[in-house]
Amino acid sequence: MSSATSALNGATWSDGIATVTEAPLQGMITLRGAFSDAKVKKAATSVAGVDMPGQGQANCVETRGICWMSPDELLVLCPYDTVGTNIEKMQAVLGDQHSLCVDVSDARGVFDLSGPRAREVLAKLVPVDLAPDQFTFGMFRRTRMAQVPAAFWLHEDDTFRIICFRSQAQYVFDLLITAAQPGSDVNFF
Amino acid sequence: MSTRLATGGRLLNKDKAVRFTFNGQQMRGFEGDTLASALLANDQMLVGRSFKYHRPRGIVAAGPEEPNALVNLGVEGKFEPNQRATTTELFEGLLATSQNHWPSLEFDVGAINAKLSRFMPAGFYYKMFIHPRPLWKHVYEPFIRQAAGLGQAPKGRDQDTYEHFYAFCDVLVVGGGIAGLIAARSAAKTGARVLLIEQTVHWGGRAPVDGGEVGGKPVDNVVDELVSELKALPNVTMRTRTMGAGVYDHGYVLAYERLTDHAPEADGPRHRLWRIRAGHVVTATGAIERPLSFAGNDIPGVMLASAVRDYVVNYGVSPGDRTVIVTNNDDAYRTASALKAAGLDVPAILDARVLPVDSPLVAQAKAAGIRVLMGHGVSKVLGGKRVTGVAVCSQAGEGAVLEEIACDAVAMSGGWSPVVHLWSHCGGKLLWDNDFAMFRPDVDKAPTGADGSAFVSPAGSANGHFGLAELVGDAHAMGHTAARSTGHNPGKAAAPDAISVEEAAMAPVWLMPQGAGPTLRGKAWLDYQNDVKVSDVQLAAQEGFESVEHAKRYTTLGMATDQGKLSNINGLAILSDALNQPIPQTGTTTFRPPYTPISMGAIAGEARGKVFQPVRRTPLHDWHDANGADWEPVGHWRRPYAYVRSGESVHDAVMRETKNVRENLGLLDASTLGKLIVKGPDAGKFLDMLYTNMMSTLKPGKCRYGLMCSENGFLIDDGVVARIDQDSFLCHTTTGGAERIHGHMEEWLQTEWWDMQVYVANVTEQYAQIAVVGPNARKALEALGGMDVSAEGLGFMEWADGTLGGFDVRAYRISFSGELSYEIAVGASEGQAFWDALMVVGADLGVMPYGTETLHILRAEKGFIMIGDETDGTVIPQDLGLHWALSKKKDDYLGKRAQQRSHMADPERWKLVGLETVDGSVLPDGAYAVADGTNDNGQRNMQGRVTSSYHSPNLNKGIAMGLVLHGPDRMGEVIEFPGTDGTTYKAKIVSPVFYDPDGEKQNV
Amino acid sequence: MLILTCPNCGQTGEETEFHAGGEAHLKRFGPGSTDDDFEGYLFMRENPKGVHFERWRHAYGCGKWFHAARCTTTLEVFGIYSAQVTEPPKELCDRITEKRPGWSWRAFS
Repeated sequence: MSSATSALNGATWSDGIATVTEAPLQGMITLRGAFSDAKVKKAATSVAGVDMPGQGQANCVETRGICWMSPDELLVLCPYDTVGTNIEKMQAVLGDQHSLCVDVSDARGVFDLSGPRAREVLAKLVPVDLAPDQFTFGMFRRTRMAQVPAAFWLHEDDTFRIICFRSQAQYVFDLLITAAQPGSDVNFF
Repeated sequence: MSTRLATGGRLLNKDKAVRFTFNGQQMRGFEGDTLASALLANDQMLVGRSFKYHRPRGIVAAGPEEPNALVNLGVEGKFEPNQRATTTELFEGLLATSQNHWPSLEFDVGAINAKLSRFMPAGFYYKMFIHPRPLWKHVYEPFIRQAAGLGQAPKGRDQDTYEHFYAFCDVLVVGGGIAGLIAARSAAKTGARVLLIEQTVHWGGRAPVDGGEVGGKPVDNVVDELVSELKALPNVTMRTRTMGAGVYDHGYVLAYERLTDHAPEADGPRHRLWRIRAGHVVTATGAIERPLSFAGNDIPGVMLASAVRDYVVNYGVSPGDRTVIVTNNDDAYRTASALKAAGLDVPAILDARVLPVDSPLVAQAKAAGIRVLMGHGVSKVLGGKRVTGVAVCSQAGEGAVLEEIACDAVAMSGGWSPVVHLWSHCGGKLLWDNDFAMFRPDVDKAPTGADGSAFVSPAGSANGHFGLAELVGDAHAMGHTAARSTGHNPGKAAAPDAISVEEAAMAPVWLMPQGAGPTLRGKAWLDYQNDVKVSDVQLAAQEGFESVEHAKRYTTLGMATDQGKLSNINGLAILSDALNQPIPQTGTTTFRPPYTPISMGAIAGEARGKVFQPVRRTPLHDWHDANGADWEPVGHWRRPYAYVRSGESVHDAVMRETKNVRENLGLLDASTLGKLIVKGPDAGKFLDMLYTNMMSTLKPGKCRYGLMCSENGFLIDDGVVARIDQDSFLCHTTTGGAERIHGHMEEWLQTEWWDMQVYVANVTEQYAQIAVVGPNARKALEALGGMDVSAEGLGFMEWADGTLGGFDVRAYRISFSGELSYEIAVGASEGQAFWDALMVVGADLGVMPYGTETLHILRAEKGFIMIGDETDGTVIPQDLGLHWALSKKKDDYLGKRAQQRSHMADPERWKLVGLETVDGSVLPDGAYAVADGTNDNGQRNMQGRVTSSYHSPNLNKGIAMGLVLHGPDRMGEVIEFPGTDGTTYKAKIVSPVFYDPDGEKQNV
Repeated sequence: MLILTCPNCGQTGEETEFHAGGEAHLKRFGPGSTDDDFEGYLFMRENPKGVHFERWRHAYGCGKWFHAARCTTTLEVFGIYSAQVTEPPKELCDRITEKRPGWSWRAFS
């Protein structure tokens, strides 16, 4: 519906050493189930149109993808307006298989942190080794960002896509622009 | 006088003069100066007053060990006290003032304390201010507060910003002296990822001042080459102005980078706290020279010999025209050479040792025509605010003056102590080295990491190696050790060649002269900043403070902002002597981080202002804010307490909202309530264990209020459970409970009942949930149109999916107010639009948004409990009369066994009742009801307490709930609650349901 | 500050990502149990100097629980293992024995 708005209504900021942009509403489906079960894999891959990621990985292409959340949880990404039909499709694939499939699109804030300094801006906030040879394409990391939980992956060269809870979107946005203030280059990576 | 020399100053850019102000006086220095070197160049030797006796204090050192030269820097939002002049880089416009004096640095009233010093011995404060007790509050404490602290606390809000940075490396090298550079290179050559940090702005440490050759080249050039080589390596990161502050478990290291202290107008954060995780740490932290303990060693102009050398060589500053050198080792002779080379006079070297043969450095001094007095020392220093001379004595005697030598500076050296702080922080042990009279790292007892192996290696002089050849070899080897421990192969690369100058053994001298009597000992300072003298430590030992940790606290030795970098070893040597035991038996005090003080701002990092804490916002936050919300923090959430209209008080708003819900229509943002999906074949069985109620029997489409207890039996949460279908439930939790109860469910599923087939998902934030409450609630929803919300179509405690006003919604017919009430969940992204639509249709129905206080009053009128008000972690459901919610059909649920314990079943437990003051006033929240008699402590006995209390505008009187002894059996009885305002409130025990006890209003 | 590797997601993280969950391998006693058994389950905890078994949750990561064997004096982590077991794996006990001969903890050694 047209009245749907993302947490920060597409806020963007680029007055410092990196650009922070709230991504448009992103379809997200939490899928819990046994990965050993073919139906669970198929439910995810058929909707996302990407291969099943390995442990600690994410396969994401534009607005579609699968993120490995835990040994029994996937985050399936799809266009926002296809979530309802996709959940129905997934449930049809899953059938009686013990599983859980639920829309969490509105529960999240999504940000792109981009620019050549994106790695070091993020490294001010998360206790994760972000050296270019350590955090690479395809990796997916759930961790603590300052005082809140967050997850991220490299979406493009020099662009991290960051997911947080919707209620904390303003905090995360403010954190990112604080970490990217002018003159705060670290020159570490 | 101290002055700038015409030549020298390897760190200065003499083409660039820098103006600064000290105590209001304009002064000039050069780019490259520290504040200390610039002050000395302006003949400002007196820089402060000591803490206790207000003695004049001059610059002693040239590095972070400086105890005296602490100044206030900047003004207002840039003000910072207790900054070390020796580590403060000079910049244009720097504004410094000295500390701890009144009315001025030159004439200080507090100096009278010095005259009284024999009445202010160690432990003075403990002894003096104990009796008589009544004097404490109005006499002693104000006096101590007045006297406490050196600098002033900043008054302005800090204008600067700070940040953290998480860095990872294989090998962290702390210290960019020659040892650190070599260790970093030998580690980096193996391919290890190396981070090298140096606290000053210069690489090379002391080596360029002390001289020598490595690989056949002057060490100064070697430093430049090493720096260039390391900078070119892609696997090496180098940072100056970055101090290794502390070493912690599992290779965690904090480093403190000072980014704009030297350039306050620059953009960016002032300090950055590096949170480093290193595979291995090399501590190449150098060594610190020790002062000698002789009378008058605190008079301005008495400095460390190495510092004198640093000022001459690095900054082209002469601390004095005539400098007497006092030493117990060869190294101080280098200072004599440096002074001579600068054309300055060295009237004498007083060497406490008697050497059988002159060592090369001694011979060199003699050859330069310097008078060397072996076996001699200082009886006392002459002068007041400045050295005017020294009285010479025999070191072996009691201080009889043999002659007086006029001078304006004294360079002293009591030997060197490796900087073992970082080695020791995480458990590295120390050895006593008799040859050098120092503690050095015991490399066989290193701090160990996650895998149980050593993760710190000391290198160079920090490891007790002072000769250039030994130092270079050690640093090279430690770099390899570090690389090897992180899985890199060092191969067979050899250390560079270096030659050590042969030095004669030092002789430990802890007191000068060794037989100094009480008068001299009472003037021989150990801790300059905290005014601790040799006599104080001896007194502490005499009074039984034999443990070094006790003696430290009794005398305050080493407890000032320099943490005893100069004083600790000398102090514990004096203590050992007084106790007649060897120094290693006395041991050291504990080395604690940070190595030197770091700013509070750096510790806080980004967490200030709007990101001080993660405030959680509902999808309607901005609307609330724009419509007068008076915010209430609930956990990290912000919820509107009330919507205050122009001309209203907050209380007025609450009263208005509360009446309006009962009379018309209220909207509440209930989005913060937790929403957990519990799904699976065993979901019912699982919830039967979690809730005290039976949930498995709930029919799809129905809701049930449930209680959750901990295994201790205490209430931890409550909320409405909706059965979605045969194998899935939606559990509502309290606002603060979503994450906690989600975690609680996962814990039991993962760690106890892992055979249960249940999945849980936290969908709290997926929905905006709006309570539509009041007699007009149904009309409002019907005006939106869509699903059937009639009494028949959606009965009390039922839920249904549908649409309202075109929005996809899930409607729950549940009530926390006793009114006709619906809670409508819509997607969070549509929450604002849906709220707007409700406000539009509600306009003719008397709609008003209401806040949490109205929510509280409404529920209290109905006698509904609130987790956190009626419960406090010690309350069980039975206390609250909730027996109806405790299933008797279930064998087990979490908390059931605990509720059978004798104390839980005790009839004496206080029980929930309603309370109503006899005069209609409001009982103070939290007040206790008194009973007859007193307890064993002589306190009044208690028989109950108020858990919730409000003014009810609907009943027009105060209403309250409370827990009262035998309460339900005492209906109508009046009990007394003394208030903190001195009045006693009388309240009648009544039913907790004050309003509509038959529930007629919600069942329409 | 410790570093721990979560066996459920394979991530190595610092302690702030994790939540400590107290002693491992407690046996639950419910209704029908004796007061002594229930007291032991609810309140009695080991407080060893040395080898200890604990529960941890990767709270900011995958959200899963796991067990860790740790030395309370040196903070050495001997090993991590599944939360869904009632005793430490033998292989881990043997490894601890190599490092701390003669250790014992509750019924294990």
